[in-house]
Amino acid sequence: MNDMDKKSILVCCGPGCLSDNSDEVLANFKQKLQGQDIDIKAVVKGTGCQGLCEMGPLVRILPQDILYCKVRAADVDEIIEKTIIGNDIVERLLYHDTDSKKGVVSSNQIDFYRGQKKIALRNVGLIDPKNIDDYIAQDGYSALKKVLTQESREYAIDEIERSGLRGRGGAGFPTGIKWRQCAEFEEKPKYVICNGDEGDPGAFMDRSIIEGDPHSVIEGMTICAYAIGANNGFMYIRDEYFLAISNMTHALKQARASGFLGKNILGSGFDFDIEIVRGGGAFVCGESTALIASIEGRVGEPRAKYIHSNEQGLWYKPTVLNNVETWANVPFIINQGAERFGKIGTKKSKGTKVFSLVGKVKNTGLIEVPMGMPLRQIIFDIGGGINGNRKFKAVQTGGPSGGCIPEDHLDINVDFDSLAEAGSMMGSGGMIVMDDRSCMVDVARYYLNFLSGESCGKCIPCREGIKRMLEILNDICCGKGREGDLELLMEIAETVEEASLCGLGKTAPNPVITTLRYFKDEYIAHIKEKRCPAGVCRELTSYHIDQELCRGCGLCSKQCPQDAIAKRDKYFAIDESLCVKCGSCIDTCRFDAIKVGGRISCK
Amino acid sequence: MDDERKVSVKKMSDEKITTDISFTKEILTKYPKEQRYLLAILQDIQRHYKFLPRKSLSMVQEYFDIPLSRLYSMATFYKALSLKPKGEYVIKICDGTACHLRGSNIIIDEIKKLLDIVPGDTTRDGRFSLETVNCLGSCAAAPVVVINDRFFGKVTPSKLKEIIEEYGGNGDE
Repeated sequence: MNDMDKKSILVCCGPGCLSDNSDEVLANFKQKLQGQDIDIKAVVKGTGCQGLCEMGPLVRILPQDILYCKVRAADVDEIIEKTIIGNDIVERLLYHDTDSKKGVVSSNQIDFYRGQKKIALRNVGLIDPKNIDDYIAQDGYSALKKVLTQESREYAIDEIERSGLRGRGGAGFPTGIKWRQCAEFEEKPKYVICNGDEGDPGAFMDRSIIEGDPHSVIEGMTICAYAIGANNGFMYIRDEYFLAISNMTHALKQARASGFLGKNILGSGFDFDIEIVRGGGAFVCGESTALIASIEGRVGEPRAKYIHSNEQGLWYKPTVLNNVETWANVPFIINQGAERFGKIGTKKSKGTKVFSLVGKVKNTGLIEVPMGMPLRQIIFDIGGGINGNRKFKAVQTGGPSGGCIPEDHLDINVDFDSLAEAGSMMGSGGMIVMDDRSCMVDVARYYLNFLSGESCGKCIPCREGIKRMLEILNDICCGKGREGDLELLMEIAETVEEASLCGLGKTAPNPVITTLRYFKDEYIAHIKEKRCPAGVCRELTSYHIDQELCRGCGLCSKQCPQDAIAKRDKYFAIDESLCVKCGSCIDTCRFDAIKVGGRISCK
Repeated sequence: MDDERKVSVKKMSDEKITTDISFTKEILTKYPKEQRYLLAILQDIQRHYKFLPRKSLSMVQEYFDIPLSRLYSMATFYKALSLKPKGEYVIKICDGTACHLRGSNIIIDEIKKLLDIVPGDTTRDGRFSLETVNCLGSCAAAPVVVINDRFFGKVTPSKLKEIIEEYGGNGDE
């Protein structure tokens, strides 16, 4: 048996699959293969997120590239017997194409993976994040070697600048310019910071990179540190991400032991090391100046940016702060060259972007696509369309500070500028799909509720403005909306946008502004007709069963937590006095027989 | 849950009342006297005691020689820190956008009905605490509930009832 026959079994241990017990699958594979005396050569690896969370736990087998979905620990024996020992396929575990219903063997034949282009995620899901040799085998640390031994500091900055890489944390500031400005300041010491305080609800891109490919972030930071002349780096990671912290801690140790970090890196005379700082669970700490305050051991309040962090950042020293995904792009650019990177994407937004595609979409997961891909392609080709084939309503990008984009804008290209034009933003990469069962007023209220809790309270427009907007939205959602509310909302939104101190406040009104811009009729239905068209706002909703459509199967009655659905004659009916409008019945009914009505006046 | 672990949890909460300060002492010796380690120290204390006991805060204050008010401002600012003791089982309900769209608010209401607590509260018998968290990255399994690091995905009101009962349910009943 030669090495070509050696199979790799990649068990996904990303957050989605782990929550579905993929660790048991991994343990089972390891135990079964190690204890075996059969002559099989296979390597078992627990990897980072492989992307298609919806079908997890995922197991990929190389070199044949077979993808198995929804694998349970009990399936391990069969996979070993059929696929590892034999060369057969376990048909029932394959991904089944939604149209043809046929099993698809390899991941690159699945729509979800086909349109993707992986740069930042190039190793995530492919390597064992706890094994530095795996990373090195994928050209890892060769970019660092290139810069330290063959090229100059200037070269690294030039390449990043020429590549057109823009910050992936949200604002999209050109990374090369940031580095160059910082390099030009003579004051020492300088610092390099990685922003891994991913607090956006519905986003897990940075987490997946830190968990699945920590060395690419370390390498990116080390290259920057060399280029600007820094000797200390900090990695700020959310404390809730315990697996990310543990994998990164492990990776830092290995990098030090292999001479990629610490004193005299690769014999170049350059010293650099990275320390992990655990975040305290405050969304505003994702803002650069607040994050710096938090590293310094203070309350994470932002400051006005009269002077940029480039010049006076951590402890008032020149600092380069980039997001996790930005750092992960750096080694690729150095290795492959600025030209090759610049060919991907659009004129002003180069390269790719990682998104967490979530919400009411069929293929929930982690994706990376070239900049400029139309939203429609992302949601309907890669995402496979809307859950339960319901009607698409909106997609929310940019996290709480982003906006909701409606169907008639679905053909816009996803890049920094087009999204901003549509009133949303790129943000760090949460992409949340909403269907006709999502109430846009409730969505705006949800984000403002989140932001009012996360506002640090330092400046008045943000602290008070968000609260007042939230009060108005709360009123609208429970049927107390008044005429003039929408005008007042807009007025406050504009003030908060203009007068807030930091990015959190300045962008906080976005959810309100975009929903008002694209879904004003829903607001009006709430205020004037006292009706929630999506059937979400409870005070404005009643459910009833359409007797024409009901087949009397009784599934809804079984799902109802309130026992509010009972059989009357041949069909089922809902007892309004017991119903809490949870929507379980709507989601279970296969005949679309449960209908949403307006407010009921009884009680 | 096995009885052995139950006993050990019980023992810990008894100790908590008298606040065993030796652990706080131990933490403080691990960190240099620099302000930058303040958050890390408070996080370690929080993790051990499941809240920030007053005695520990006084020790931190003495160690750094800073006003106690600064520690309180940290404790109330960062979500990971808490001045109130947490329950034996911490129920975290993910209220990230994906979970919210798939009905996490219904789960929160259901907990209120079952245990009579709202997010931020602990039941009177000290067994359950309820928290909402922003995103746990398991959006495919939305809505997600985590009880002491154990994951439950695609939770529905009826499934939740079973889960809570597995943990002993409402003690008042």
